[in-house]
Amino acid sequence: MSGPTLEQIAKGDGLALCAAGSWTARFAPALEKLVGEAEKLTGSRPNIFIDVSQVSKLDTFGAWLIERLRRALTNGGHEAQIAGLSANYATLVDEVRRVKPAVAPPAGGSHLIAVLDGIGRNVHGIGETLVALVDMIGAVIAAWFRVWRHPSKFRLTSVVHHLQQVCWNAVPIVVLITFLIGCIVAQQGIFHFRRFGADVFVVDMLGVLVLRELGVLLVAIMVAGRSGSAYTAELGSMKMREEIDALRTMGFDAIEVLILPRMVALVLALPILAFLGAMAALYGGGLVAWTYGGVDPSSFLSRLREAISINHFIVGMVKAPVMAMVIGIVACVEGLAVQGSAESLGQHTTSSVVKGIFFVIVMDGVFAIFFASIGI
Amino acid sequence: MTSTTATPIVETPTAAASTSANAIISVRDLTVAFGSRRVLDGLHLDVTRGEILGFVGASGAGKSVLMRTIIGLVPKVSGTIEVFGTDLDSGDKARREVERRWGILFQHGALFSSLNVRQNIQFPVREYLKVSERLLDEITMAKLTMVGLKPEVADRYPSELSGGMIKRVALARALALDPEIVFLDEPTSGLDPIGAGDFDELVRTLQRTLGLTVFMVTHDLDSLHTACDRIAVLGNGKIIAQGTMADMLASQHPWLREYFHGKRARAVIG
Repeated sequence: MSGPTLEQIAKGDGLALCAAGSWTARFAPALEKLVGEAEKLTGSRPNIFIDVSQVSKLDTFGAWLIERLRRALTNGGHEAQIAGLSANYATLVDEVRRVKPAVAPPAGGSHLIAVLDGIGRNVHGIGETLVALVDMIGAVIAAWFRVWRHPSKFRLTSVVHHLQQVCWNAVPIVVLITFLIGCIVAQQGIFHFRRFGADVFVVDMLGVLVLRELGVLLVAIMVAGRSGSAYTAELGSMKMREEIDALRTMGFDAIEVLILPRMVALVLALPILAFLGAMAALYGGGLVAWTYGGVDPSSFLSRLREAISINHFIVGMVKAPVMAMVIGIVACVEGLAVQGSAESLGQHTTSSVVKGIFFVIVMDGVFAIFFASIGI
Repeated sequence: MTSTTATPIVETPTAAASTSANAIISVRDLTVAFGSRRVLDGLHLDVTRGEILGFVGASGAGKSVLMRTIIGLVPKVSGTIEVFGTDLDSGDKARREVERRWGILFQHGALFSSLNVRQNIQFPVREYLKVSERLLDEITMAKLTMVGLKPEVADRYPSELSGGMIKRVALARALALDPEIVFLDEPTSGLDPIGAGDFDELVRTLQRTLGLTVFMVTHDLDSLHTACDRIAVLGNGKIIAQGTMADMLASQHPWLREYFHGKRARAVIG
């Protein structure tokens, strides 16, 4: 295959532009340069025409560039002609002749306006998010009451399935991570308390911290990352493939069929996981206290019994179902907000996890204030 | 289904043994299996340069599998596939060269959902050719015009397009680099008869103007009738017949008789 050329041959007061070689996509960069040069001849002669009889191969790229050249030359005054078209290529050139000049993609405004625009949209978005969350809470509660009145509507199989996904399958990783965190907290406590000769108080710290805050908070964050994202991705891809619309048209309520079982599973799962997590953390802490701090198990346990009361445990566990609600609601709202594209699915899954964790921590703060003011 | 009785099937002019010099795609002894199930079993097929080959067969017979095997999405057990005279097993570099010269229209369009129409069409061009933004935009418009879409469509996203428009945009993307072969997987499924007719006409026109070779998997008897030069029929993992529409109509093979002389077929062919 020979590269494309465009030769200028003067003919009287006219000018012939003789194209030759293969005018195809492969040579597009070279072709563009050739045509760009030739376009400068616009208006230089009264009569310019393009001779394509020597072109060995032509495709859309070549045909378009010839057509573009013809249009540019025509602007100079005379209608420029294309000569020497073979029958095959004539149809192709006719085809590209119908092409209207490219419409430029809509230009963005100035940079400053774009930034302000982004901020404005985000602030407005916060309001919308809150409305969507409240809407979802309402819808789930309404669905719950409907199911309460007609227990046959309750989807036990689905709940059990989701319970396996979010609870049973999550046990190993949750227990492992909380165990390690328990170890680390105990080690740090002993290391610093030792300077005051207060090693044994590490048990108090560990007990209160793990049962009240760390156990449930850590587990909630893990569940938001593990199951919240899964909920969003599942619901989002169902939304993308119109499965949710299909359910609706069959007379099913998407909230009842898809969201309620997931919420119930999560609300059951999180307390269980939080309890297991807290036990694993205490176990890990106790192990470190024994091996690293020299607190033997029996004194660890008796110290623990003195340090903590059932209140600490209750304070921790009460938070778990509420956090599960928050994670579930956020995940489902985000899932249903997914639009048609893969990118949108990714964005909403990310935002599900980020918002889920954020609201979990906010709720934890609210609980801390509440319990402090009622004095437990 | 396709019983292997001794009924004389349509004579195949480009018989398996002779590799015609004009074959742009030539498939030899191709076997593809999923687990123990053999979908394609020693299949031979030649596609001649510049023709539109319609490829039919019962649902689940492996039409799409053959197409996907040729374009390299499904691994084969044995056999050779040559495209443009290049064996597709002869290394990645040779393969890339070939891939650049074909375009594929997937059954459901397979447009990139996070890119708009303009970006979808420009994507392969940007990858392979260093050309200006202006030319890219112009070429996009040219392709959109060719497939019969308005320029306004360029800034829409795939989720905002109708089924027919998705097919057209996908065809425009398949044609973006001016390929020599296009593979169409059920291009007219899901289109209304007018849209499907237009699409057939479009494929015909493109084949004439661009000298395309078209490999079309289809169930649409109208398409087979109006657009295809030649028809190949898949059954039991092999090509059971190939030839023109007239050959198909004359065939005595039970499945072919049912396919081409059924109630629906009579309405089309008469």
